[in-house]
Amino acid sequence: MAANDPDVIDVLVGIAAGSPLDAIRARRPEARTHAQASYRALFAPEAAGGVTTQERFAVGCFVTGLHGEPATAAFYAERLASSGGSSALCQAVDAAIAEARAHGPYGSYPAGPLSRENTAGPVYRVGALARRTLGSRLAAAFEHMHLLVYHPRDAAPKALQALLDAGWTTTDIVTLSQIAAFLSFQIRVVAGLRALAARH
Amino acid sequence: MADSVLTPPDHTAPLVFTRAQLEWLPWLEPLAVDALTARHVASLVDAARVKSPYFRLLARDPDALEARTRTDKDIFYNPDAGLPRAERELAAAATSRFNGCIYCASVHSRLAATYSQRDADVERLLGDGVTADLGERWNAIVAASVALAATPIAFGPELVDRLRRSGLDDLAIADVIHAASFFNWANRLMLSLGEPTATASA
Repeated sequence: MAANDPDVIDVLVGIAAGSPLDAIRARRPEARTHAQASYRALFAPEAAGGVTTQERFAVGCFVTGLHGEPATAAFYAERLASSGGSSALCQAVDAAIAEARAHGPYGSYPAGPLSRENTAGPVYRVGALARRTLGSRLAAAFEHMHLLVYHPRDAAPKALQALLDAGWTTTDIVTLSQIAAFLSFQIRVVAGLRALAARH
Repeated sequence: MADSVLTPPDHTAPLVFTRAQLEWLPWLEPLAVDALTARHVASLVDAARVKSPYFRLLARDPDALEARTRTDKDIFYNPDAGLPRAERELAAAATSRFNGCIYCASVHSRLAATYSQRDADVERLLGDGVTADLGERWNAIVAASVALAATPIAFGPELVDRLRRSGLDDLAIADVIHAASFFNWANRLMLSLGEPTATASA
């Protein structure tokens, strides 16, 4: 994808050239450029490596769907479909989102004084129906994405082992982790700037 | 050999939020220093980061790492007006406190204290959590950071109004949004790819 592709955050917030929000974003030009470069690195990489473009958008669709931000989720759902995702795959992702939704952040701390702040919440396992379409590789990725979205402080080596067991490599796991983590940023910048724009 | 999960050596896990210097132990194999290509080194942006297992692990996806790092630096270091550095660090520390990232909270609470000289307030944030009373301007920044960190996101125009009443202009509010949002990125990597340890002493 060319470096002059439309800026995803601008598109999702609805920032027009010359608007007050455009001027604010222009004061942090490197952040604006490299937030978009991050999107490009993760969703339109020069070499997809071990994580296919369709897998990237399936994961992106799931992660943004869990956040309940309709515009951003719709953007990634549309990209999943246009990356060649079958309607069965798109439906399986939607079904996984519906069964996985929760409220975060929750999770546990190492046993000690912080244990009083431990907050219980669900550990997601992809249901049998969605798993049939997603396959074991994407199902493992979705279970890890749910951990990162809602209860990252519960992370442990065994969660990474589950990804390795499903066939992802160490480098693939770095990319998957960056996708979940980057989207956690992008979706919040969009929501935040939209709230700021609402006061203009 | 197939990729495998690393077992960290015996160490002392921090059990509370602290401003002490911590180290970070990876659960996956970072690239070896002598295996780094020019592209990997460039993705670190700062050459000193070659020493960091965290950055050498992220360097496995160099394009993603480099773009992440350049985003980070402009959000926190750009000196052109907006939110004072101390309060960008406060947003980072509050987000990390709420998400539960002891490592990120240690780094950014130190920076918040250094730049603000408000050690007692930073200690209250770490000890009592995000409901600590830090005075209305800091309370507003912490509340905005917490609302942004929630999933589903709970940030809305009423928090923009509250930040404005505390004296933040639009660029400063955008800085709060970016600093807090960025730490939802950073916390998830730090928490899920390794664990903190007290710095080896004696």
